[in-house]
Amino acid sequence: MSACNGDDPRLRHIKTTIGVVPNFPKPGIMFQDITTLLLDPKAFKDTIDLFVERYKSKNISVVAGIEARGFIFGPPIALAIGAKFVPLRKPRKLPGQVISEEYELEYGRDCLEMHVGAVKPGEHALVVDDLVATGGTLCAAMNLLERAGAEVVECACVIELPDLKGRERLKGKPLYILVEAH
Amino acid sequence: MFASENGLKGDPRLEAISEAIRVVPHFPKPGIMFQDITTLLLNPKAFKHTIDIFVDRYRLMDISVVAGVEARGFMFGPPIALAIGAKFVPLRKPRKLPGEVISECYELEYGTDCLEMHIGAVEPGERALIIDDLVATGGTLSAAIRLLERVEAEVVECACVIGLPEVKGKFKLCGKPLYVLVEPRQLEDGLRSKLENGSLRETDRFI
Repeated sequence: MSACNGDDPRLRHIKTTIGVVPNFPKPGIMFQDITTLLLDPKAFKDTIDLFVERYKSKNISVVAGIEARGFIFGPPIALAIGAKFVPLRKPRKLPGQVISEEYELEYGRDCLEMHVGAVKPGEHALVVDDLVATGGTLCAAMNLLERAGAEVVECACVIELPDLKGRERLKGKPLYILVEAH
Repeated sequence: MFASENGLKGDPRLEAISEAIRVVPHFPKPGIMFQDITTLLLNPKAFKHTIDIFVDRYRLMDISVVAGVEARGFMFGPPIALAIGAKFVPLRKPRKLPGEVISECYELEYGTDCLEMHIGAVEPGERALIIDDLVATGGTLSAAIRLLERVEAEVVECACVIGLPEVKGKFKLCGKPLYVLVEPRQLEDGLRSKLENGSLRETDRFI
């Protein structure tokens, strides 16, 4: 399920605030830059409001945000819906005991970590990141939460690159996005 | 300047915030008692108190920019920015921000690191707040101040949840006011003796 209310004027405005930076981080990649969205207080507020409106009555007790841009969108959502915020981090950033999930990059592998004890079995979780491309990172995030016994209710991103079919990598879990980029 | 010295003495929210912070000994290396704010983020009430205290302080100060230091400043800065109607500007490690950036380097214990900010994110004359989870030596915050001053913004204050002893008694950092909520958490007596006799387990330390 993608963004509903395609005519919502908030979505149209949000889309105009997302910048594209060509050839970053390497030639051929058209980088979707959300920092300009963050420079527009109305667009940023509308972004958070759209997610909060969707999730506030879904009994979500955990919002997990993926380092680092998921840390920008996740906490405001968590605060508004009264959920805890759990950062999912690159290796060796979280102090104390962690569980670790490897995932594939275009070249090589990377790892996401979550604190042991942050999430309890049976909790309902939302995964948040700024963008979904291949879905590899979101999938690793879901695996971490499920290994801790949580139920992932949905993944939420500001932007989807639908041509990369990340939606199909989410083990059947729904994906909610605000803006598509091609 | 600590919040308790500036109008919030005895505020129960400060105690709740302090108690929600976890100490992790010997991270990232031996001798460091790491102040872990992730447990604060797991406590919705305490997290909300943290943001509310900052928002109450800054909402009438005509601040148009909240700059957050990667990565833990990203967790506190945006909620404050949203509540006071300011823009949020991420200050990032090198090569993370796409497009044109300016860069400030600062000293670590061993070596140097750099912080970057987008050119054009902040206009001359804007009033800015800088946020991070913790201030120790002030090296990172000083680099952040320099970035904002290079684009002719006015840094109104630097704000952190935790202030290490180096900043106690200091009201300013590089000439800019510093506002801190709590002092570092100490390991509880029972856990400290376990640490000393080598019997402290990972699972002891999760609140």
